[in-house]
Amino acid sequence: MRVTVNVNGAETSAEVESRLLLVHYLRNTLGLTGTHWGCDTSNCGACTVWLDGVAAKSCTMLAAMADGRDVRTVEGLETEAGLDAVQEGFVEEHGLQCGFCTPGMMMVARALLDRDPDPDEATIREAISGNLCRCTGYENIVRAVRWAATHEAAARIAEEASV
Amino acid sequence: MTATESPTADISRSPAGNPLGFGRMVRKEDARFVRGQGHYVDDVNLPNMLHSAILRSSYAHARIVSIDTSAAEAHPKVKAVITGKILEALNLAWIPTLSGDVVSVLATDKVRFQGQEVAYVVAEDEYSARDALELIEVEYEPLPVVIDAKHALDPDAAIIRDDLEGRTDNKIYDWEAGDAAACDEVFANADVVVAEDIIYPRVHPAPMETCGSVAYMDKVTGKLTIWSTTQAPHAHRTIYALVAGLPEHKIQVISPDIGGGFGNKVGIYPGYVLSIVGSIVTGVPVKWVEDRSENLMSTSFARDYHMHGEIAATKDGKILGLRVNVLADHGAFNGVAQPTKFPAGFFHIFTGSYDYPAAHCKVTAVYTNKALGGVAYACSFRITEAVYFVERMVDCLAFELKADPAELRMKNLLRPEQFPYMSPTGWEYDSGDYPRALTEAMRIAGYDELRKEQAERRAAAAQPDADPAAPLMGIGLSFFTEGVGAGPRKHMDILGLGMADGCELRVHPTGKAQLRLSVQTQGQGHETTFAQIVSHVIGLPPEDIEVIHGDTDNTPFGLGTYGSRSTPVSGAAAAVAAQRIKDKAKVIAAAALECSVDDLEWEHGRWFVKGDPTQGKTIAEIAMAAHSSLELPEGVEGHLDASVVYNPPNLTYPFGAYICVVDIDPQTGAVKVRRFIAVDDCGPRINPMIVEGQVHGGLADGIGMALMEVIAFDSDGNNLGGSFMDYLLPTSMECPSWELGETVTPSPHHPIGVKGVGESATVGSPPAVVNAVLDALQIRQADMPFTPAVVWRALQGRVLRPDLAIE
Repeated sequence: MRVTVNVNGAETSAEVESRLLLVHYLRNTLGLTGTHWGCDTSNCGACTVWLDGVAAKSCTMLAAMADGRDVRTVEGLETEAGLDAVQEGFVEEHGLQCGFCTPGMMMVARALLDRDPDPDEATIREAISGNLCRCTGYENIVRAVRWAATHEAAARIAEEASV
Repeated sequence: MTATESPTADISRSPAGNPLGFGRMVRKEDARFVRGQGHYVDDVNLPNMLHSAILRSSYAHARIVSIDTSAAEAHPKVKAVITGKILEALNLAWIPTLSGDVVSVLATDKVRFQGQEVAYVVAEDEYSARDALELIEVEYEPLPVVIDAKHALDPDAAIIRDDLEGRTDNKIYDWEAGDAAACDEVFANADVVVAEDIIYPRVHPAPMETCGSVAYMDKVTGKLTIWSTTQAPHAHRTIYALVAGLPEHKIQVISPDIGGGFGNKVGIYPGYVLSIVGSIVTGVPVKWVEDRSENLMSTSFARDYHMHGEIAATKDGKILGLRVNVLADHGAFNGVAQPTKFPAGFFHIFTGSYDYPAAHCKVTAVYTNKALGGVAYACSFRITEAVYFVERMVDCLAFELKADPAELRMKNLLRPEQFPYMSPTGWEYDSGDYPRALTEAMRIAGYDELRKEQAERRAAAAQPDADPAAPLMGIGLSFFTEGVGAGPRKHMDILGLGMADGCELRVHPTGKAQLRLSVQTQGQGHETTFAQIVSHVIGLPPEDIEVIHGDTDNTPFGLGTYGSRSTPVSGAAAAVAAQRIKDKAKVIAAAALECSVDDLEWEHGRWFVKGDPTQGKTIAEIAMAAHSSLELPEGVEGHLDASVVYNPPNLTYPFGAYICVVDIDPQTGAVKVRRFIAVDDCGPRINPMIVEGQVHGGLADGIGMALMEVIAFDSDGNNLGGSFMDYLLPTSMECPSWELGETVTPSPHHPIGVKGVGESATVGSPPAVVNAVLDALQIRQADMPFTPAVVWRALQGRVLRPDLAIE
């Protein structure tokens, strides 16, 4: 079957097996290997992407289910203006070690900040609780998301002041 | 005015703002990871590459009657189907393990654990390979299983390893350390002896990235290239050469970005070998990547130690002796990765952090119908088991004496003046100030206030109108001593390869350097930390030092990264290499400045003439001179390179004091970790940010092992932890916000005084959590993991054995 998926703002289309998982469509068909596969059972969240603006686990979704919809992956976080604040926060606060869970974590974090620009620690912990990390003990991931929230708030204030 | 003379310039910072040496620095490797540009094994895609999958046994113990692969071979997308019979013809059906045993690549006679490799399919894509597995017909004749290690040596137990000639039982070895007679005497005369059975259950490292490989045998050049999830690329290359008879100079092992190792990626798995066979058979690259169930069921598990311990003390709490009998469940093959001399790893460091003369351990290892492994999951060669044992026994003693566990520990800790300290089982602890670390942990925790709060809560709970839902508060301590950084090579080898590591440092003419390491990062941040080590010694900015690792064609030989050995061994190698560069730079600077070597002084990355700082040369300037036509003194070669093989004189002994506070819901048995205080001493911290990150991760491991992680089995040998639905890992919700502290006691023998820290918290934290839970329950002993069900049962006075679904 043919699927057509808008990935990071660009239309992609391919003839695929109907059983093809979205994570494999992204990784193998499109070569977007930033999205990782970790468990098969939706537990680890390494495969988390956005589907129409909502964080979703691409290892338990068919590519066909994304047909005609918008997908955003880690490769779509950086813009011409530079790294997303979440990406910067993960670097500045040492929110990653091996880097394997990081793309999924960052997609969840970006989704959280879009709906709640000033989340407290408990809110952040709940938001990332569907994503496993074996390296960081989560502490610095929480700090990374706070870093992003704080810097985006400062940027907003600066922008408003300059208007 | 030059930059270095500017009053506003920070001479300890590089132009990019990085520390010139030690200090917090964001990681170089993060630039690729946050962009999704990490390059893991499963991201390797080569032209014409095929995919593969492994058929695994559904039985724990069964004779293979027949295997029919004809339907799979007829699958239009299948390129090859390989069975044990085919491997036998290649002499590859069995390969040596890292501990003197053999393990089958594909089963030929019988299967010995559920999940064992039986057949292998190479196909055009992964989905077709897995489809073809369904088409293979295997007829099994089930055999009686040995699941409970406690029954492995029963006279009627099935013999698992009938492939080994002359085998009449399931015993692998007996091994002992310490002085049994001295213990007998001490225990016979002690005021108090407490005996206890303690299980450290089977757990799994479960890195987020599973194991995998991509192999390509180029038939024209005869070169084998294998990208694989390995923590020890050089050791793997040598083993492939020994096992497959391939010429070692034509094997390139590439360990690209690795998604976490934790000891899971030290050994050689059948899948790696099969991908090589697949490429030899098909002539094109073959990829193999296991799924999560395969990872949990067949790759290296950890622990599985069944311990019976006794601790002797005076009635006022002075410890006199400790002894233990261990029944070690090694699974169906003895596949532990550890120094040859020490079959039970470093378990015999179990005397811990305390001062007493009598100690003895006896370890009996047995085969069972379970996956192989044992040394993994950041265990520092079984120091996890040792620390868990002694820290539980000390708490059991405190329970019996009704003593405060902190006071009891303080009374028995080794004192600073006792270092270097020779332990009763032969370990020479290099340095330590233990009371200072425990005092600091108690200060951060507010220990006395916590005990006061606990007493008030218990008093309230004893009232007739007490709230039945009021949480039970527990406070747990642990004090650990680690021993990390194996060798020395004369005492420590793996499969005959001495544990010393090479390192090459080359400063290019323009003053930019490359450092080539034998060790390999799985997230520890080597590309940053090792650049800082070199910067610390020769003053080049860390951003000007490129760290190269994980590729046997481009790095010197060494044993790899596990057992927290990277900084103690290769970190020392890098420091020594940098020191040699600095020494050589001095000679070249003297030639360039036309002065005597003795007239030169070192400061801030440059050699200059004593008394005239304007007359000097930076390392970058000296590097250019070293490559120029400058005439050098007799015997001094050009260029600015150094090559080192570092053979550590001893292990480094990091230590720490941990305190955990839990609240338990008495109506559900759920444990909530309220606080966790960790004071670590790993000597000076090269990059404090990275060190803290290492500690955070290990603390989460402790929560996981103490509260939820276990690979249990049913009576048929079915693995009950075969997915992340069953094998639970801690999430952000179970982990508290860690409270860290530090003390600094340098290692006297490491060139820059540092000690390894990668596994400290994984080793030290489980007993703190368990001690806290048992303190809350006011029970002397029960076995982890303390899932709500286990806690509930313990509250009812019926302690559950969590490692088996057998009652």
